[in-house]
Amino acid sequence: MSGKRIGAEAVAVKGRLRANKWLLVRRFSQFAILTLFLLGPLAGIWIIKGNLNYSHTLAFLPLTDPYVALQAAMTGHFPEKPGWIGLAIVVVFYLLVGGRAYCSWVCPVNLVTDAAGWLRDRFGIKGSVHLSRNTRYWILAMTLIGSAATGVVLWELVNPVSMLHRGLIFGLGAAWTVVVAVFLFDLFVMSRGWCGRLCPVGAFYSLLGRWSPVRVSAPRRSACNDCMDCFEACPEPQVIRPALKGEEKGVGPVILAANCTNCGRCIDVCSKDVFSFALRFNNPASTVGAD
Amino acid sequence: MLGLGLGLYAKQAKALPALALRPPGALAEEDFLGACIRCGMCVRDCPYDILELARPETPVATGTPYFTARNIPCEMCEDIPCVKACPTGALDHELTDINKARMGIAVLIDHETCLNFLGLRCDVCYRICPVINQAITLEMVPNQRTGRHAMFLPTVHSEHCTGCGKCEKSCVLEEAAIRVLPPRLAKGQLGKHYRVGWEEQKKAGHSLIEDRNIIDLPDRLPEGTSLPGHYDPASGQSAPARGLVGAEGGIIQGTPPGPGGKP
Repeated sequence: MSGKRIGAEAVAVKGRLRANKWLLVRRFSQFAILTLFLLGPLAGIWIIKGNLNYSHTLAFLPLTDPYVALQAAMTGHFPEKPGWIGLAIVVVFYLLVGGRAYCSWVCPVNLVTDAAGWLRDRFGIKGSVHLSRNTRYWILAMTLIGSAATGVVLWELVNPVSMLHRGLIFGLGAAWTVVVAVFLFDLFVMSRGWCGRLCPVGAFYSLLGRWSPVRVSAPRRSACNDCMDCFEACPEPQVIRPALKGEEKGVGPVILAANCTNCGRCIDVCSKDVFSFALRFNNPASTVGAD
Repeated sequence: MLGLGLGLYAKQAKALPALALRPPGALAEEDFLGACIRCGMCVRDCPYDILELARPETPVATGTPYFTARNIPCEMCEDIPCVKACPTGALDHELTDINKARMGIAVLIDHETCLNFLGLRCDVCYRICPVINQAITLEMVPNQRTGRHAMFLPTVHSEHCTGCGKCEKSCVLEEAAIRVLPPRLAKGQLGKHYRVGWEEQKKAGHSLIEDRNIIDLPDRLPEGTSLPGHYDPASGQSAPARGLVGAEGGIIQGTPPGPGGKP
């Protein structure tokens, strides 16, 4: 961006640590989850068994991926009791914190695509093939109908998310090629292409967290100086505008779009502290003079 | 386009390679690929680390559990921890007796190299079998080559074979002569309308063809020969009339060549 790095202003105003607070917490979350899964096979410390599709923590907490379970259900197969319990826990959790929190706080592919996005910005790689952000919903529908038609949990045949995560835990094999493909795709072909346009896992979770109470809000939007850093940093920039620029239209400051991943990067990069995590109910139409 | 490609890939994924075996209690392949959520819990709870999850380059549906008997066979744990670990019905939780598992069926696939078929007493597959003397029996037949020895042929009985793969693993040959195959490859199937006479007889409690005026046609034999003890009403010969002294020239040699006979 015209010689200026995204968030440079925020770093200058808030300091390096505060200008990366949520990014650091989020990376900690991603690596901590990965580490917990890896402790078993690598160090023999079995805190979590399984992988993101289904896992068992400390031999009592089951967690089931609802998207995989739904595909299995489409083929006519349903979980056993621990599978159902795990499913209920995960569904309730993401109903509350926002489905796409999975994408930014858990998913290992986020590390890959964020790296591609960062390099894109760093080296000023321009140009991006255009593809509708709704493509992922078509792919989502296709995987569900396809699962029913073929009797196979369809997306699991190629899913880079589970391939990477399972690969790290159970042996990667040729799965690295899929991961590299996603990385190169995001880097050279399409900016934010995989997570933002194609991945049906994210699409599924966006629907799951459609009505989640935990949201990013822009309560101090009147302080916005139009630096555009939040739009640059955001993996789903289309979600910001209605909330940030909605004052005159009578739209509240809470980002209600389903595809906000609750990553908190906009909070970090804003030098004016416009954004913060909030609940969706605290959404007054006017925020002028709010603080 | 993507959907079509995935559909074709899914169809291909259903073709499980012959030597990849599913864990105990696994549903039939077409159901298994819908029920299995690729979590690897069975892999983790297998105390012998037999199972692995298929990688993308493996010709098994990615992420699904399998084992290769020749590398490491199933130890047939009595408590079946892999099945207990499965969060779905992909491994049938109704399976509580490991002897009822049907991971595959052993087939003595090469009669030309199996040592017992060569007349030796290897018997390793028979001895190692966890369902010894039921899943594999040794059937004694005359050794036609030597003319004076017996061969003990390992014979698999599918109603008892669990497909654990111990026989394949322990086969002493460079390449196993006995292999565990998926049932669909290992088993033939009788025509639906076929009835096996002796079983029908057992069911009915009596012969089904007696008292039915079965027409008996004359038996055709080379001229001058007779079969001792053979009853052949249609030829008009009474049993005692045959096999009398003087008719021995035509008696068919029924015993194998003895010592000194051509091998």
